Amino acid sequence: MIQMNNISIHFPGVAALKNVSFLVEEGKAHALIGANGAGKSTLMKVLSGAYDHYSGEIYLHGEKVTIRTPKDAKQLGIQMVYQEVDTALIPSLSVGENIMLESMVHGMGKKQFIHWKSIHEKAAEILASLHVNIPTTKSISELTLAQKQMVLIARAVSDSCKCLILDEPTAPLSQTETEELFRLIGLLKKQGVAIIFISHRLPELFEICEEIMVMRNGESVMSEKVSETSPNQVVEKMLGKPLADQYPERSSSHGEHILEVKGLSDGNMIDHLDLHVKRGEILGLAGLVGAGKTEICKALFGEADTVSGEIFINGKKVKISSPYDAVRQGIVLIPEERRKEGLVVTESVSSNLSMSNLKKFSQMGGFLNFKHEKREAERMIEQLAIKTPSSETKVANLSGGNQQKVVIGKCIETDADIYIFDEPTKGVDVGAKREIFDLITALADQGKGVIYASSELTDILGMTDRLCVIYDGEIVKEMETKTTNEAEILFYSTGGK
Amino acid sequence: MTKPEASTVEKQLVKKPFKLFDFFYKYGTILTIALLILIFTWANPAFIDGNNLINILRSISIVTIIAIGVTISLSVNGFDLSVGSTASVANAVVISMFVWYSQNMFVAILVVLAAAILIGLINSLLIVKLRIPDMLTTLATMFIIQGIALTYTKGATVSENMVMPDGSYATGVISPLFVKMGQVPWIIVVMLVVVIVVHIFLTYTKHGRYMYIIGGNKEAARLSGIPVNKYKTIAYLLSAVLAAIGGMVLASRVMTAEINAGSPYLMDAVAAAFIGFSVLGAGKPNAFGTFVGAILIGILSNGLVMMSVPYYAMDIVKGAVLAFALGLTYYKQK
Repeated sequence: MIQMNNISIHFPGVAALKNVSFLVEEGKAHALIGANGAGKSTLMKVLSGAYDHYSGEIYLHGEKVTIRTPKDAKQLGIQMVYQEVDTALIPSLSVGENIMLESMVHGMGKKQFIHWKSIHEKAAEILASLHVNIPTTKSISELTLAQKQMVLIARAVSDSCKCLILDEPTAPLSQTETEELFRLIGLLKKQGVAIIFISHRLPELFEICEEIMVMRNGESVMSEKVSETSPNQVVEKMLGKPLADQYPERSSSHGEHILEVKGLSDGNMIDHLDLHVKRGEILGLAGLVGAGKTEICKALFGEADTVSGEIFINGKKVKISSPYDAVRQGIVLIPEERRKEGLVVTESVSSNLSMSNLKKFSQMGGFLNFKHEKREAERMIEQLAIKTPSSETKVANLSGGNQQKVVIGKCIETDADIYIFDEPTKGVDVGAKREIFDLITALADQGKGVIYASSELTDILGMTDRLCVIYDGEIVKEMETKTTNEAEILFYSTGGK
Repeated sequence: MTKPEASTVEKQLVKKPFKLFDFFYKYGTILTIALLILIFTWANPAFIDGNNLINILRSISIVTIIAIGVTISLSVNGFDLSVGSTASVANAVVISMFVWYSQNMFVAILVVLAAAILIGLINSLLIVKLRIPDMLTTLATMFIIQGIALTYTKGATVSENMVMPDGSYATGVISPLFVKMGQVPWIIVVMLVVVIVVHIFLTYTKHGRYMYIIGGNKEAARLSGIPVNKYKTIAYLLSAVLAAIGGMVLASRVMTAEINAGSPYLMDAVAAAFIGFSVLGAGKPNAFGTFVGAILIGILSNGLVMMSVPYYAMDIVKGAVLAFALGLTYYKQK
């Protein structure tokens, strides 16, 4: 249906796409996969009209078309749902208005007054055709993330959609929400809509897609029917080299207790929680999205409004009522929303790396030692293999995966005793994943205590020594990682007893 | 082999306008100042005269000091609109200390600084504890402080030998040492010291770095263990103290306390601080840039007066320059 031929695009200093061709067929789902910075998003932005300075041709039903603006793309029935759903929705307006936004903006013609009834009727019709049950009068701000995504998809198909691009739609969704999304995708496929599906989660792609294209460094390296390839082959193509073992070796000798928590409550979701971590141990917090893992991490870090309970570090009782206390007592948190909560993108790599521990770089009277800071930043850049032109480059100019590494580097720089990782692999590609795992393992090997919270059960199984399954803010089961498996964790994390 | 060539050409095409823009972003303000000096000198050679240059520096001293305070509040991504009113209070209090209460200079300055610290504490309390957005908080306190200044002086101008409510004459005199502060060279020295000290504070100490980090991403700063509220409080304290110093310099220069004498300085100070964002490509509030911004405004005012542009048309030019500077800053951020 849609054929993109020899698409190339350059940005100052880099060629982001090099002669990429991509074929999209009616009623089929196409997986697009590649490491961060491989060019997936760029290619999709070309198709959805976000760029106008690319070279190459695009054909629709064999006819050459020009797509240079988002409007061009929309007129041809190409719709894209971006990863950050909140940026595309207006939170204060109702579901109906958000779904009909396009027609309210472009389809009004000379009409000046809005016919509310027909807006809501039309929106309800679209939602019904997708078998989605959300009242159209509800305001967007009351919806869950998954529902917001549904609204966006409903908006996309409200306007004769022929090709729907989904950019990592499942990353923030829970298992059931993901299944609901897949049902929706199946439905759209039957209606003849072509789906392009970007994701880092291989099993999903193999579940719902018919075709797969792998990208690496701005080039298409593989284009295949899903039925004729395997996850391992895809990963190898993505990395450009054979897949090594995904998880690093772990030594299993642990020291004494480094962190002990008794009766931790955050006055909200967490109530009287006990846990402990030993030196050199990686403790997993497993659970579905929304189970309360993040809340536990934040409570440990003094982030919650009212924290009560006793925390012992190295056997000494400490009081932690703010992140400031936590860092001073040797706990650091690598937050889930790293770009939002972990970085100052307008500052340089080096000042981001040093920000948690500026004391180390300041002399008498609080004056900064820039040489020392720079040296340390360069060491960290090398150690973590952060791809940046220099330590003075602004973080905003780095790619997503490298920004992640800066956040982790920043936390390593604090020389803490206890590291809390909240979803450290979220949005990270396979290659960078292994590097992050190596970093976490290295911390444990140095005798630090590590808490690893994630809803990616395979990662929890591969990385941790011991794990606690979290359900509704409670530890429902504690297990040695060696003695369990994915099915068992899933059983407990869905509330099984 | 034709493809790569085509691509390099394309690359250059994309790159070039950006570089030109970057150049203007970095040096635009300084180039504008140079250009203005050339134009004004051409129009009236007396402009470049040493006395006139000193005159310009003298005239921007108060604006610069207050603008530096605004800069500090901007560095934590705040915005202190109450600086003009604070300057009014400082002006009224310091003159009244001399004239009404016959205090010496040391006490007078101390009382003013105490008042400034109180104002800073109130601002930061409302912002940090009640979490009212910075600009709204200081908009409210701007009115309150302005009202306090008016109430304190009972809406009258405070000066030596003024008539008191009971019909007698005020007997106090303004300390001659204090008056010196408002004269060349001391008025310029005070300004330069403020600029240099704050520049060093913001750029070379960890405290300044913390402030920029808070300004860049408050959430990340907090999760990195930086005491965000403490530094926000410090920022508003410093901002109020600098505004008070500006008010005192004003007092020593005019030797009276007119009603709302500090208020007109707010807008010039805000303008200077925002123009300063782009100076040398800093892209964030900075003391040196603010100083350059104040110089730009000072030269404009002075030069336009010399070219006999009526004072009532001055704000049109000033506003246009500010809009241009803001355009540069925000276009860049996009």
